[in-house]
Amino acid sequence: MKAIKNFFEKTQPHVQKGAKFHWLHSTHDALFTLFFVPKNTSKSGTHIHDFIDLKRTMGIVVLALVPALLFGMYNVGYQHFGALGQLETASFFDLFLFGLLKVLPIIVVSYVVGLGIEFIFAQFRGHEVNEGFLVSGLLIPMVMPVNTPLWMIAIAVAFAVIFGKEVFGGTGMNIWNPALVARAFLFFAYPGQMSGDSVWISASGIDKAVDGFTGATPMALAAAGHTDALNTWNAFLGLIPGSIGETSTIAILIGALVLIVTGIGSWRIMVSTVLGGLFMGLLLNIFAGDNSYMALPFYDHLIIGGFAFGAIFMATDPVSAAQTVKGKWIYGFLIGLLAILIRVVNPAYPEGMMLAILLMNTFAPLIDHYVVEGNISRRMKRAKVNV
Amino acid sequence: MSKHFKLKRGLDIRLEGAAQATTANASAPATVALKPTDFPGLTPKLSVKVDAQVKAGDALFFDKYNPEIFFTSPVSGTVKTINRGERRKILEVIVEADGKNEFASFTKADPAKLSKEEIVAQLLNSGLWPFIKQRPYGTIAKPSDQPKNIFISGFDSSPLAPDYEFIFKDQIASIQTGINALAKLTDGKVYLGLPGKVSNSIFSGLKNVETNSFSGPHPAGNVGIQIHKTAPVNKGEVVWTTSIQALAYMGRLFETGQVDFSRTIALAGSEVKAPQYYQTIHGALISSIVGGKTKKNDPERIISGNVLTGTKVEADNYLGFADQQITVIPEGEHYAFMGWAAPGFDKYSASKTFFSSLFPKKAYTLDANMNGAERAFVVTGQYEKYLPMDILPVYLLKAILANDIDKMEQLGIYEVIEEDLALCEYACTSKIKVQEILRKGLDTMVVEVG
Repeated sequence: MKAIKNFFEKTQPHVQKGAKFHWLHSTHDALFTLFFVPKNTSKSGTHIHDFIDLKRTMGIVVLALVPALLFGMYNVGYQHFGALGQLETASFFDLFLFGLLKVLPIIVVSYVVGLGIEFIFAQFRGHEVNEGFLVSGLLIPMVMPVNTPLWMIAIAVAFAVIFGKEVFGGTGMNIWNPALVARAFLFFAYPGQMSGDSVWISASGIDKAVDGFTGATPMALAAAGHTDALNTWNAFLGLIPGSIGETSTIAILIGALVLIVTGIGSWRIMVSTVLGGLFMGLLLNIFAGDNSYMALPFYDHLIIGGFAFGAIFMATDPVSAAQTVKGKWIYGFLIGLLAILIRVVNPAYPEGMMLAILLMNTFAPLIDHYVVEGNISRRMKRAKVNV
Repeated sequence: MSKHFKLKRGLDIRLEGAAQATTANASAPATVALKPTDFPGLTPKLSVKVDAQVKAGDALFFDKYNPEIFFTSPVSGTVKTINRGERRKILEVIVEADGKNEFASFTKADPAKLSKEEIVAQLLNSGLWPFIKQRPYGTIAKPSDQPKNIFISGFDSSPLAPDYEFIFKDQIASIQTGINALAKLTDGKVYLGLPGKVSNSIFSGLKNVETNSFSGPHPAGNVGIQIHKTAPVNKGEVVWTTSIQALAYMGRLFETGQVDFSRTIALAGSEVKAPQYYQTIHGALISSIVGGKTKKNDPERIISGNVLTGTKVEADNYLGFADQQITVIPEGEHYAFMGWAAPGFDKYSASKTFFSSLFPKKAYTLDANMNGAERAFVVTGQYEKYLPMDILPVYLLKAILANDIDKMEQLGIYEVIEEDLALCEYACTSKIKVQEILRKGLDTMVVEVG
């Protein structure tokens, strides 16, 4: 501990402006502050400051993601061995280890590429490295199908960090959720590799799947009219094909609990998104007629696809979401509503959550604008009344 | 017609070292000083030279742009030094006390029988006028203005604040005289905010004043919050604010014809051996109050004022003009290994991200460490939790950063000063200097709108 501090303190002068290793300044600073909260004391304004900082905030989100991630790893193995028909013989550790080995490289690629770019940008801009990517870098692997090639992950991360974030000025300035930008980029750039029935299950070593096996997600099945194939309990637990981290509603709920108890995630957005989804699902149920997907019980929409994951972890990104209290209610409600609408009605996109969130990210500033205008007009009206 | 306002938003930061309800005499300060820097936007001009003899109540300097506003010496003695900073800016005008306590003489009269002009002149000449602030901007009131109303907060809700019920219990008569004088200065009302927590406040019997009570966490005691709830400041309007301490000074002035600047302050904070109240004088040398009374375990930070809005001082500096407490906390200039990842049973936080939130009653020792580095605005909905006003603080701050005067005005800059947003700065995840930004905006407005 002391040795680390000494090392960083000793190397500090060599990365200052004008010194030989100045190009390592941001990296040095990022690593130093990762190990040690700086010793700086207040120079102006309040003399005391809360112990919370952005590292803590992002750390809590990562912590909240862990249950869904671990379950995702297990499910990768579960789906794989399920496709082989070997679920009875494989142990829990076989399943988990298989998933771990599949998922870990994706996470490593995501962090290395993303943080690499962040460090370079921070250095050029003379900023400190922001912590935002600690979360984005984990979110990206969790919304990818497990079969996505690593090079695609790398391109998607690079695209998301550069065009989703840094061109706007970095963490805090971006319009869209960077993780969803990565997902959308792959979805539109490589549609063949990113959808269909084969991408969701790691196929390595599978020559021939067991009879009756299909790699399709419950949502794809439902879109094809097989709504009866949905096993509600499995979908709730997460033992269904899907992106790595998004299948288990129960693991996501644990994460939601962490976010709500610590106050890091906006419960308003979570609740309103779910309400929006339920509302649209119910509306579709009423007008379903003989369309079996529209007739899918409205509550089932919450546990299939990326709805739960999006509502808890994606829609609540404070930077790209609406920022006012009222705005958050409207923003969340519309995400839920649009997600289910796109999911059920639009045949081209099997999942509506990604597009719904990106769309509402775009409109969030507009929603906020009207809320702020409301505040202003209240103040103006008060002035007039008194005159 | 007294109203009760129950505030929900805000935060009481629980710090170690609250002052016990006992008063001792601080040693008489060998030197006292007035600091022009205590008044935002003031350009001082000296009325005395070094070595001049002054009595208590004689002017030391005045406001260059409102030359009728005097700042007077709290003691009799000799002007010793004038400390200047960059570009010869006056920082401290120091008077060496001669111990004779000679007072300049002013009119001794019942303010009820004086005209408005006579009262204004008396307050200006005696040096009590600078205790009257105006809202918008929190600058010294202009004597020529017609304030819509005058507001006084009857309690201080900030961390480790002095208990007014205790320190003013023998000064009610003077405070009443002060109110009678103030009431002549406005065609509107004089409002007094009473602490909702105290069932029978010593101020509740005051006359010639409209009382409302406010309960809830800090900043319930901030006069700005009370104005917002009672009769908010609109564009083009001016209200005045002052303090209970100033009312007591004014009362004494009219009762005795002398300025008696003695005041009771709280010496509090985790580094003070026995936190309690001290009888001293405004502008007193810090060491005359603090000297020998701190623990000296670690490097200390002495604050003239409270931990949210006070000024950092050293032992050889002086008590601020309006400060009623001195707080001593550890400086805390140390690294915290993986501090951001610690479970944090001992790390008090307004957020619920540390395990300390499981112990809501415990008091903590907090130091001056920033606990993180400055970042862009990321977290939303945080500031609103600590500002019980219908104002969107982040949008206001962004308007200031963008130097957008119209937006600042529309978003309510006339209603707030630094102390109202101090809690936002404390709680901010991104360590943004909220008060500094707000003051920049207020200064801009003074220049552009006036």
